[in-house]
Amino acid sequence: MTDVAVVGFAQAPCVRRSDSTTSGVEMLVPIFAEVLASTGLAKGDIGFWCSGSSDYLAGRAFSFVQAVDAIGAFPPIMESHVEMDGAWALYEAWVKIRTGDADVALAYGFGKSSAGDLRRVLALQLDPYLLAPLWPDSVSIAALQARLGIDAGLWSEKEMAEVAARSRAAAVSNPRAQVSGEISAEELGTRPYIAEPLRAHDCAPVGDGAAVVILASAERAPGLCARPAWITGFEHRIDSGSLGARDLTTAPSAVAAGRAAGAGAVDVAELHAPFTHQEILLREALGLAGSVRVNPSGGALCGNPMFAAGLARIGEAARQIMTGRAGRALGHATGGPALQQNLVCVLEAR
Amino acid sequence: MKQQAAVIGVGQTRHRARRADVSIAGLCREAVDRAIADAGVGLADIDAVVVGKAPDLFEGVMMPELYLADALGATGKPLLRVHTAGSVGGATALVAASLVQAGVHRRVLAVAFEKQSESNAMWALSITPPFSMPVLAGAGGYFAPHIRAYIRRSGAPEHIGAMVAVKDRRNGSLNPYAHLQQPDITLESVRSSPMLWDPVRYDETCPSSDGACAVVLGDQAAAAAAEAAGRPVAWIRATSMRTEPTMFAGKDHVNPRAGADAAAALWRQAGITDPAGEIDAAEIYVPFSWFEPMWLENLGFAAPGEGWRLTAAGETEIGGSLPVNPSGGVLSSNPIGASGLLRFAEAALQVMGKAGAHQVAGARTALGHAYGGGSQYFSMWVVSSTPG
Repeated sequence: MTDVAVVGFAQAPCVRRSDSTTSGVEMLVPIFAEVLASTGLAKGDIGFWCSGSSDYLAGRAFSFVQAVDAIGAFPPIMESHVEMDGAWALYEAWVKIRTGDADVALAYGFGKSSAGDLRRVLALQLDPYLLAPLWPDSVSIAALQARLGIDAGLWSEKEMAEVAARSRAAAVSNPRAQVSGEISAEELGTRPYIAEPLRAHDCAPVGDGAAVVILASAERAPGLCARPAWITGFEHRIDSGSLGARDLTTAPSAVAAGRAAGAGAVDVAELHAPFTHQEILLREALGLAGSVRVNPSGGALCGNPMFAAGLARIGEAARQIMTGRAGRALGHATGGPALQQNLVCVLEAR
Repeated sequence: MKQQAAVIGVGQTRHRARRADVSIAGLCREAVDRAIADAGVGLADIDAVVVGKAPDLFEGVMMPELYLADALGATGKPLLRVHTAGSVGGATALVAASLVQAGVHRRVLAVAFEKQSESNAMWALSITPPFSMPVLAGAGGYFAPHIRAYIRRSGAPEHIGAMVAVKDRRNGSLNPYAHLQQPDITLESVRSSPMLWDPVRYDETCPSSDGACAVVLGDQAAAAAAEAAGRPVAWIRATSMRTEPTMFAGKDHVNPRAGADAAAALWRQAGITDPAGEIDAAEIYVPFSWFEPMWLENLGFAAPGEGWRLTAAGETEIGGSLPVNPSGGVLSSNPIGASGLLRFAEAALQVMGKAGAHQVAGARTALGHAYGGGSQYFSMWVVSSTPG
């Protein structure tokens, strides 16, 4: 099986409300142009396309069908779609290259959360017979998880505020971030709760965006990128959908995916943690040492376009390698309520 | 390079208009239990699960695979959720196959389902977001003009559609899992059924079904072990997918290029130069009767304009030169998300020799086909009784 590397990444600005339709075309066209230009590839050079998005977020059936209009898919293309974050589309693209059916593949994800009420939309991910009819919203479920961890002594509101302060400061240098700025953890800690023990800074901002990553085979990658980010481990797992059956203070699926992908001994990690306590949880689950730089982009806490933010984490991790700022990096993506599903991609320079 | 992969187990539910006896999880599990029993493995032997279904609005559950993880035996394992419109069942099989072909996993479970009775597909397809063309009358209203264009272009006699319906419904009566059981259907009864979307009559239209299908795929070692234990397998000889936009200047809705390109790539990969001569049975996605002759042409079984002649001559019946949809096809059961996987699974059953009363005698090589969206997503595979 061929080795596979990330050779390109682009991301649309994370904004509270974009002018795009819910099928994402207007957010995707500019970043397709950007990533193709950065690699010198033309549309016709892409052997396999794969996208990640959600019909429910778009408020319609088949939103990804319209997204294909961003490609200009004629002559017809080899293409597929996952109803998941674009990180899983990237996984499918990685598999495709390993089968030998394609040597260059492009994965993208998009989401326009501003079209609806995200907290309520995500409640529809729960057991449709027993839980969803109660409409427990996504922030309240995360608050339950945060509370369990605080009560277990695994993290504190102060440590959560420190995650937010560090992320916002890091995002100052990220032109695509939705939230950024220098603010102290102490000051954040004085703000009101929105779902105790979560304050606004503990929750990712709601917004719109898209991301794209290009993968290439061992043969093609060196010609497309001066310093490709070679994938050494790519794993994902899912936990039970029954919130009452899980220990919410950890994520066995993240532990297992991290172990299988070789998550230890990285220089930098981009973690898809839409809530501050989840970053702390994930650092522990993935066994990241204190010296590992976490979310130099600001992470999902500074821009969390649904179905694109996980893919963007892998893109940001790869960018750390492609720009020479890291030798070994980890990108992580999550899906489902309270970190139910987790994916880990470990990348390295050669 | 690509590893060998094979279907080692197949399971499906009894498809009905309304499976009020089971939840969504129960419906899926019914198919999964049958598939793993058929494969002679347990859930613990499954390395990864791939789930496919059509739009989430069809049940009113966002990403139902999250809630289904336990029921599918996926907890603690990798789970992928595929959605490529009506072709999704086929795409689900192809993604699962690629996991084996890439050497990532040894045994993968592909599951696809739809529980249409939980919601209303016509409503789900009729939401009109800003800047989008309305579909309005559901899939039938969308496709009827394409069928009229086919009839005008090919000069096909008007009873061809009814012939397909009679054949598929009678085949369905040989399949105990099929939703519609209509052994007594006749050309006259079809042609006197109400006109829904001219020229598509009520009896020429797929039903709305609750149902699920599951397939266990294995690598070469897993398949060889199954064969050694006396369990036939279906070797995957070729796979193919193509996509084109819904609408563009020059789009051919009757004979879409994406379907023709996918078929050409499929035959090339399988080493098949004469599809009509080398394919023993074809399970083709025919939700409205007239799509049988249309897809026979698109797939290269007949020249453009000539597909209806195969139907007219009875060649697509069981016992004909190219049996099409011996299972009864989409016209007999349509749990939308599962309909594509059912085509792929029924093709496998034919070459495994396990299709029961709708078995095509001596079938060794078979086609599974699915399409979706506005005739723009195509997925297909060729399976054989030998690795080829």
